[in-house]
Amino acid sequence: MVPVSYYVALATILFTIGAVGVLVRRNAIVIFMSIELMLNAANLAFVAFAQAYGAMNGQIFVFFVITVAAAEVAVGLALIVAIFRTRRSINVDEMHELKG
Amino acid sequence: MLLSEAATTGGLFNLVPLVVFFPVIGLLINIIFGDRMGEKAIGIVASIAAGLSFVVAVLLAIALIGNHEGAVVHLFDWIHIGDLYIPWSFQVDTLSVTMMLVVAGVGTLIHIYSIGYMHDDVRFQGHPDAYKRFFVYMNLFIAAMMVLVSADNYLMLFVGWEGVGLCSYLLIGFWFDKGENGTGNATAGKKAFVANRIGDFGFLIAAFVMFWAFGTFTFNEVFEQAPAVAEAMPTVIMAIAIFMLIGVTGKSSQIPLYVWLPDAMAGPTPVSALIHAATMVTAGVYLVARSAALYTLVPEAQNIVALVGGVTALFAATIAVAQFDIKKVLAYSTISQLGFMVAAVGMGAFTAGMFHLVTHAFFKALLFLSSGSIILGLEHSHHHLEHDGKLPKSEAALDPQDMRNMGGLRKRMKTTFWVYLIGALALAGIPPLAGFFSKDEILTEAKVLNPTVYILLVIAAFFTAFYMGRQIFMVFFGKPRTESAGHAEERPAIITVPLIILATLSVTGGLLSLPGLHTFSHWLEHTLEHVHVEAFNIQVAAISTGLALVAFTLAYLLYYRRYQQQQSMPPAKRPDDPLRPMLGPVFTMLENKYWVDEIYWALFVNPYVNISRFLADIIDWNFWHDWFHNKVLARPFRLFARWTAWEFDLKVIDGIANWLGNTTISMGGSLRRIQTGYVRNYALAVFVGVVAIVTFLLLR
Repeated sequence: MVPVSYYVALATILFTIGAVGVLVRRNAIVIFMSIELMLNAANLAFVAFAQAYGAMNGQIFVFFVITVAAAEVAVGLALIVAIFRTRRSINVDEMHELKG
Repeated sequence: MLLSEAATTGGLFNLVPLVVFFPVIGLLINIIFGDRMGEKAIGIVASIAAGLSFVVAVLLAIALIGNHEGAVVHLFDWIHIGDLYIPWSFQVDTLSVTMMLVVAGVGTLIHIYSIGYMHDDVRFQGHPDAYKRFFVYMNLFIAAMMVLVSADNYLMLFVGWEGVGLCSYLLIGFWFDKGENGTGNATAGKKAFVANRIGDFGFLIAAFVMFWAFGTFTFNEVFEQAPAVAEAMPTVIMAIAIFMLIGVTGKSSQIPLYVWLPDAMAGPTPVSALIHAATMVTAGVYLVARSAALYTLVPEAQNIVALVGGVTALFAATIAVAQFDIKKVLAYSTISQLGFMVAAVGMGAFTAGMFHLVTHAFFKALLFLSSGSIILGLEHSHHHLEHDGKLPKSEAALDPQDMRNMGGLRKRMKTTFWVYLIGALALAGIPPLAGFFSKDEILTEAKVLNPTVYILLVIAAFFTAFYMGRQIFMVFFGKPRTESAGHAEERPAIITVPLIILATLSVTGGLLSLPGLHTFSHWLEHTLEHVHVEAFNIQVAAISTGLALVAFTLAYLLYYRRYQQQQSMPPAKRPDDPLRPMLGPVFTMLENKYWVDEIYWALFVNPYVNISRFLADIIDWNFWHDWFHNKVLARPFRLFARWTAWEFDLKVIDGIANWLGNTTISMGGSLRRIQTGYVRNYALAVFVGVVAIVTFLLLR
């Protein structure tokens, strides 16, 4: 058997890459992809632990996460399309009207 | 029938509040609806109100014939504080009903006369809208006088007393913008009020002493307790009597407070007739008659009252001899006749005094109203002549009341002449007119009760006849001395009919109390227990009638014969009165009324005015207002206010508020920098926060 720690390490690396991507990248769609990466890293961790300890809770939870991620992407992409229509750009650095 | 039944059982007595209410309703109707009603309606409403009051008085008299004791009709509890209980009750007895009949009867006739008189007068004075005000005041007067005579206690009497004083003021100063310097009439009204007020002060002291001694104001209770109190504290009754006398001298214009009555002639003639001849001035006489039970206990006070009356009678009669204004002669005559009445009730001859009160009301009202008729006649003809351009220059400003401008009116104003003659003969006391019987009764009583006063009154009676004769001859006989008098015409029926009625009463009034029958005395006896009636004394009657005839003859010789002779002298040398060259400085003294007004002014009024001016201008204004208020109070306060506003409020309070605001702004400015608007900054903040929390949880 592959030890659980390998899966958790992989999940961690994926999560970190996603986090950095959210913080560093300027393209809105890339940020969304990074968020997806973070969510899926968490999914991986859930499934690994579910298999390791024989509890179904982890796998059920993954369902929820996937659903929520999908809904969120739908809304988010709609927003991005709307922004692009007015601004012709999705560079988040240029969307700073709400500054104080 | 119902009336006689009610009369005997006394049910009619309960009508007495109506004598006050009818005039009150009349005046309310006139106040509220007067402007819309028109002159005739106003006059009719007022006259009907007075007339209904008279009808009620008649009914009360009928009831009294059946039931001599009378009754006290309680209306409501007026004052009830601890031991002080004063009801608003009406006393119906022969004395009060006599007064009610006189007031309402003569009052109604004068109201009717005024309908015609005021119609002319408001137009002569230029204030047509004053008509309504006049009748409102007249009805108010009747109401107040009725309260005075029907009261059952001294305090309610005082309410009426003050009320008539107020109406007198309002009516004397009725043409308040006319008179000398435009304020003469108002000043006369003020003088009347002030003189009356001084009298009222005396009345009030008497009332206070009475309450202190008796504990009550009600007539019946006071009179019951009087003998006991007189035994225990005789000076108290004396004090009450003397202080009440001060009130009487004010209201009934005796020495020393009579000075307001001649000035009161500034009011319209009906006012002079009603208030200053027939009714208000008799209130003092009524008061003394009502308080008979008190006065008879203090003979010294009675003597003083009688002397005051007697001296006033003579004093005023002498002044009347030298007056030229037709109304002033009648005013001094009134003071003199009131002196007769006060002397009578002072001596203890209460019925004689009341009898003279009644007859005097008739013929004095008659004389005043007739003089009004004459004045109107002159004013009218003056106006017509002016209108037609036939007025001589010397007559442009004609005083219609000056007898020197009259003459020969006998032919032009016949009715007025005859009624005036009747009034004058009645006043002089010529039998068989009313004045003879009443004056004779007073003289007969005086001869027995107080011979000094008898002498004073007899001499006064001589002068009375003389000045009335003088007046008759100056006004009605000889040739008219001015064009206005030459063209004067008789007044219409609304003026002459009341005069004729009053003349009839002046002729027949003697029947009230013929010697031997003494009907009136017996009538009053039911109320006043101390009725002293002397038998008819032929000697006294002969002396008084003889003196009156001598006086008339003297007046005829002077004012008919000699006056006519003097008219033919050139105007520069012609004396305005045949007596002037004969009496010289004495005449001037009489004409100037012994300079009493001037003496009062110098002794009392001027110092008082100076003191009050000093207090007002110097003490109150300069010291108190200017110095104290401005320097001591206002300046420090203003300095403090200025410091509080500019130094404290502006700098400190505003500083705090501004500092708060500025701090908030700068903090806001600093915190604003967190909101960059960049999504990645916010994401970084979230990330850092999560890391911090997880680290904290792991290392805990």
